[in-house]
Amino acid sequence: MSRLMPSIGIECHVQLSTKSKLFSAAGNDARGAAPNTLISPLCLGLPGTLPVLNGAAVDLAIAAGLALNARIASLSSFDRKHYFYPDLPKGYQITQLDKPIVGAGRLKVPLSDGVFEVGIIRAHLEEDAGKLTHPPGSDISLVDLNRAGTPLLEIVSAPDMHGPAEAKAYAQELYLTMVMARVTDGDLYHGNMRFDVNVSLSADPDKLGVRAEIKNLNSFRSVERAVAYEIKRQQELINAGESLVQQTRGWDEATQTTKEQRTKETATDYRYFPDPDIPPLALAGDRIAAIKKQLPMLPWDYRASWSKLNLDGSVVTALLGRPAYASIVSSIKDEHGEAHARRVAHWLAGLTPPPGDKSNVPEPANFTAADLVELSAMVEEGALSATAAKQVLAALPGSGQSPRQIAEKMNLSQLSDRSALVNELDKLLKEDAAAARALADYQSGNLHAGSYIIGQLMKRTGGKANPALAAELLKRLDR
Amino acid sequence: MSGETISQMVGRLLDGRATARANVEAALSRLTEHGSYNSLISTCEQRALQRADQIDQSLRKEPGRAGRLAGVPFVAKDNFLSFGAPTTAASKMLRNFQAPYQATVIERLEAEGAICVAKSNLDAFAHGSSTENSDFGPTLNPHDKSRVPGGSSGGSAAAVALGSVPFALGTDTGGSVRLPASFCGVVGYKPTYGLLSRFGVVAMASSTDVVGTLSRSAGDAALLVDVMSGRDPHDATTLDRPSDLRYKGGLRPLNVGLIEEFMGPEVDPAVKAAIENTCQKLARMGHRVNKVSLASLPLALAVYYIVVPAEISSNLARYDGIRYGYSAPRAASLEATYGLSRDQGFNAENKRRILIGTYVLSSGYIEAYYQKAQTVRTKLINDFKAAFKRFDFLIGPVAPATAFKLGQNTKDPLKMYLTDVMTVGASMAGLPAVSLPAGSDPAGLPIGAQLIGPQLSDGKLLQLAQDMEGVN
Repeated sequence: MSRLMPSIGIECHVQLSTKSKLFSAAGNDARGAAPNTLISPLCLGLPGTLPVLNGAAVDLAIAAGLALNARIASLSSFDRKHYFYPDLPKGYQITQLDKPIVGAGRLKVPLSDGVFEVGIIRAHLEEDAGKLTHPPGSDISLVDLNRAGTPLLEIVSAPDMHGPAEAKAYAQELYLTMVMARVTDGDLYHGNMRFDVNVSLSADPDKLGVRAEIKNLNSFRSVERAVAYEIKRQQELINAGESLVQQTRGWDEATQTTKEQRTKETATDYRYFPDPDIPPLALAGDRIAAIKKQLPMLPWDYRASWSKLNLDGSVVTALLGRPAYASIVSSIKDEHGEAHARRVAHWLAGLTPPPGDKSNVPEPANFTAADLVELSAMVEEGALSATAAKQVLAALPGSGQSPRQIAEKMNLSQLSDRSALVNELDKLLKEDAAAARALADYQSGNLHAGSYIIGQLMKRTGGKANPALAAELLKRLDR
Repeated sequence: MSGETISQMVGRLLDGRATARANVEAALSRLTEHGSYNSLISTCEQRALQRADQIDQSLRKEPGRAGRLAGVPFVAKDNFLSFGAPTTAASKMLRNFQAPYQATVIERLEAEGAICVAKSNLDAFAHGSSTENSDFGPTLNPHDKSRVPGGSSGGSAAAVALGSVPFALGTDTGGSVRLPASFCGVVGYKPTYGLLSRFGVVAMASSTDVVGTLSRSAGDAALLVDVMSGRDPHDATTLDRPSDLRYKGGLRPLNVGLIEEFMGPEVDPAVKAAIENTCQKLARMGHRVNKVSLASLPLALAVYYIVVPAEISSNLARYDGIRYGYSAPRAASLEATYGLSRDQGFNAENKRRILIGTYVLSSGYIEAYYQKAQTVRTKLINDFKAAFKRFDFLIGPVAPATAFKLGQNTKDPLKMYLTDVMTVGASMAGLPAVSLPAGSDPAGLPIGAQLIGPQLSDGKLLQLAQDMEGVN
């Protein structure tokens, strides 16, 4: 049997971080809001309401397109997609069928052993639906329309990924790119980015096999695992001589398997047609150019800028998930040099959960570059130990105090004054017979005895002795 | 007192010979007196009287700051969302619907002091040409109670024709203002698409719906469009108000084209004679009238009854029995809630149009129907453009015949649809048009003449109509 190659294409719904919804002035951030509080007559689908396109959502779609090296359409238009469901108040979703705002583009994706490129076919604007909940033990369903009308950008990739690791890497790089471009809040826990993954196997490299679409994955890990499972499932069916049917499947987190939802034969006829309420969207070159000019640094810009910092891949990825942190590291590098930047990069990465963590991630802390450089300098000059520096770092945000003030208040400053430390060491050796014996052992070659003396010195100084300096002084006694 | 124009009524108020309250009370009592015509669905008596008292009070304080429509009562077709009464669209589906906001055009009329006193009858969701498709019973023609007033703005046209109010709001998707104006003998004005906001109007077909007026004079129509027009941030399809909307100065001799396709043998001889008389009047006024042919115009009706049902099927999808409106009792499942609510809430004509619209948009049929209809629509628009290179305005009848008998066409939907054959062209092309009283047939039933202009020629079109009113 010939080798079957998997091909994976991903459709990603990115929730745009606008203040208001795609077609109404109702608030867009539904996180934590009571049900049906972020709604307007339009969100309810009341008679007489008309959609008016939110210019801010258009600007974010343009920024996203530029970040994907894509062509922005000078003319795009909106269509209605019809189906009945209680979370869809108008009985149709407004989307872009034939003329999407973003055309073909590409995204460079890092892998542990290199880089590969994924083609972007298109990206289009559309409105989200509301949310249904089914209270357990009850025969009612509850409709929450807070999310109805939230602007989404659906980014459609080419089937350029050929395994679970590549699929995960693309999803993660797309996430970092959208977050860095300030297009989305990137809160995966609240579904800010959702992935639909198309998987097919084929022996012919020029032809795709029958695909299965796995809907609504909301973490990189589930993308990776669903793809791995689906490749295995299809491979087994093909090996058994069965023919595949094009279908939509769901990912079951509990069993780590995909399950059939519907096949092509039962697909809905959405009866798309151009929405007559929304004039075609014409974009002037000036508007696109202005957005391009203001586009923030993107993941590959940062990777290039940090190439000499010798940062671990995981540190880089962590920082890129927090644009505010990434930008601090870069500005420290430019203004204060690589040593400070490297130290601060590790600190900030340590404060950052893995990108796209599905838990409820706290907001990034508010640091200034100046404070972080001051803290880094204190470590460099020996005034603060690495451990103490982390304590100061934790106390810094919102304290209104400088790192030095905090270190003093917390009594963390290191004893790095040579004469003061010599003084303390002399007193120790005079007053503590055990220490004096240990010195003799140390001088006859027992290195553990040296550690004991430094430990006692730490005790005397309340942990403030600079351990490097103490070791140096001890060595001198040795000579 | 009945039969006053807006300017006459405002004049009496400013002279101190009337009050807003007296105007509203008089209008309400006339409407009650004419109750047997069934032109109304509800009155907004309480709110109307409150507003009248407020207007009278502020007039006493600041007489110089009266609005241009101060104390003028009007009737709005019941597909305009407004306060003070339910907004039903004459459908069981919305029988108890209370609007939480008002239509932009209602707000703009109120800002100039106009007072909505009642909501008028229509074909449910404006689907019809006779007002017989109302779930609240048909409206009767003021000139002959055995006949229809035209539709779908039949209640508004009847209320103005009966002299109850000086003007009424209607909507025109394929002739729904012009046809009842013609059948009832009043002025019906359909503006350029986009000139008036559709926000707060129950949608029928978004690409051709316009707000229109029924009034006693073309001058009143000009005043009303001036008050209501201009961009609306709630309606992305609204246009900037053209600078010549209030036409100043006399019209130079114009070229008027008599549409040949509208003067064929199927047209009632009395109607043809009335249009020919109107052309002679134009000639006496110094304008030149010549025949013109628009080859694609006869196709407009077929295009209309594909594109409009398509949009209807989409616009009516929101009435699902879940958030508001009629919801079928005892529906056992979600599917049943949808199916029963829509089956019981919509009437036969609503369902006919939803089915046609769903069909023409369906996969496998959309190319043959909806998309082909759009191609022909573009051809029609181009034919109009070509005609307007040679002519300032086009003229023809509004309908092939005068008002028909109640029940005459209800069993034959196609025959009913044919009533719209002369009005749908301007709708599909988004052109301004006005229906003017042009005499009557031997039975005394009114005949309307239709003037059609190029896009945004509304000011000049209404000026020509006003000039014609002054000539015998």
